[in-house]
Amino acid sequence: MNYIDSTVISQHQLTEDIFVLETERKGADAHAGQFFMLKAWERELTLMRPISIFKADETTLHFMYRVVGQGTRKLAELKAGDPITLTGALGTGYPVEQTTGHVALVGGGLGIPPLCQTAKELTAKGVQVDAYLGFRDQLFALDDFEPYCSNIFVSTEVGEEGYRGYITDLLKPGQYDTVYTCGPEVMMRKVAALCAEQKTPCWCSMEHRMACGIGACLGCSIRTAEGMKRVCKEGPVFPAHIIF
Amino acid sequence: MDLSTTINGVHFKNPIVAASGTFGFGDEYNELYDVSCLGGISSKGLTWIPKDGNEGIRVYETASGMMNSVGLQNPGVRAFVEEGIAKMRRFDTVLIANMGGSCIEDYVAGAELLSRADIDMLELNISCPNVKSGGMAFGIKADVAREAVAAVRKSCSKPLIVKLSPNAENIVEMALACEEAGADSLSLVNTFQALAIDIHRRKPVFNNVYAGLSGPAIKPIALRMVHSVCKQVKVPVFGIGGIATAQDVLEFIMAGASAVQVGTANFNDPLACRHIIDDLQTLCEKEGIHRWDEVRGCI
Repeated sequence: MNYIDSTVISQHQLTEDIFVLETERKGADAHAGQFFMLKAWERELTLMRPISIFKADETTLHFMYRVVGQGTRKLAELKAGDPITLTGALGTGYPVEQTTGHVALVGGGLGIPPLCQTAKELTAKGVQVDAYLGFRDQLFALDDFEPYCSNIFVSTEVGEEGYRGYITDLLKPGQYDTVYTCGPEVMMRKVAALCAEQKTPCWCSMEHRMACGIGACLGCSIRTAEGMKRVCKEGPVFPAHIIF
Repeated sequence: MDLSTTINGVHFKNPIVAASGTFGFGDEYNELYDVSCLGGISSKGLTWIPKDGNEGIRVYETASGMMNSVGLQNPGVRAFVEEGIAKMRRFDTVLIANMGGSCIEDYVAGAELLSRADIDMLELNISCPNVKSGGMAFGIKADVAREAVAAVRKSCSKPLIVKLSPNAENIVEMALACEEAGADSLSLVNTFQALAIDIHRRKPVFNNVYAGLSGPAIKPIALRMVHSVCKQVKVPVFGIGGIATAQDVLEFIMAGASAVQVGTANFNDPLACRHIIDDLQTLCEKEGIHRWDEVRGCI
């Protein structure tokens, strides 16, 4: 991990409250499922904000986030050329190196973005990827998944497009060698249960409030079957069987 | 200017100490910068029995600060002595073992073990607001604190810092009681007991209901408490509470502190301690300060 003085390259608004921030990468490490602590303020806000990697190109990083509070509101005000500090890449991401065969990525809501970089890295090593993306109403990021996926299944809970209902209704884990999931806990719990029935290995990415983001403060520790784990360090990606 | 200072016979290369609970055992921050530049590191709070800490939300941002209810998650004194100390000793900085607890027997057992270990100082936390069974009582009543400090003093051969809670009934009486009971120095203040409410759930944010408030929001109150205590005690004081800049450090030193501890600022800026040390050198030169005793306690 590094502490990087970076610069905003672009900001795109996808929906009423979902944005994509592009920054200079400045040589930072960045792997599927990892995150950065972002800061675009001095002491007006106390904490940095943990945001997952949506896409990592050679020279830029893309972060997709929903505006939910003061920090993300400030991030949404950033424009090209504005300074931003990045601490990262942080945490343990998806085990792309040890994954082979046919993989399902199951994302819900703002759990979808980190699966895009994941799809890219899996495809690059020859893994076949199907994406199952669950939205509430408006779709986003489908074009970003397109180049890296054999099939993309879409559901909306209250929208017009794709399957009407939960994305987990479409998933048959028996067809896959591995399943990676990221999204609301209730969705990941269902994915983990479906995978357990079929004995398909499943990895889930947890979200938690964080203070330091680097493993020092224990503000994001969660109880697992293997004891207390830091979401920011041993996670955010964990084998689903130790979480659910 | 030479930023170094000596407290209880222990030499600090500068008066900046990373505060307990915000800096782990130093190794994570050492990946971002060389933490040997620090005056000292106070370890994550240790207890005799290892603890998993609290359930639910543990950290929460507030205006100019944050609240925490980590609940002293730690591997226990024994694991720290067997594995943690050697790792911390890789850093060329003062090693302070911070120890909390909920009963005198555990405090004494921990102090005995740590006295035989390779640490520079022991910081006794009688003030954690986030441990349900008793931890807070030691920090509130001066008589209870006196008893705990006296017991630890007997079994502790290392310089003993006692960390005070701002939630004490009377912070000056508390400081005097700890001094009389044998504290070699004091550190203050720990977090202020506070409440955050989630109006959507109509519930407290934290499972324990109350949690500890820290950060710049508490700095002026912490400064007042450090000032009041320094006027009354003879032992050196580590000032703590919302310190985020070199100017804050000078304020605490002018209020009477011999050194400071930086906590929450590390979360705002992971390089905060290093930035403060660099700025402190410049600021002292700018202010015409040549030695700490020219300004320490000048208010």
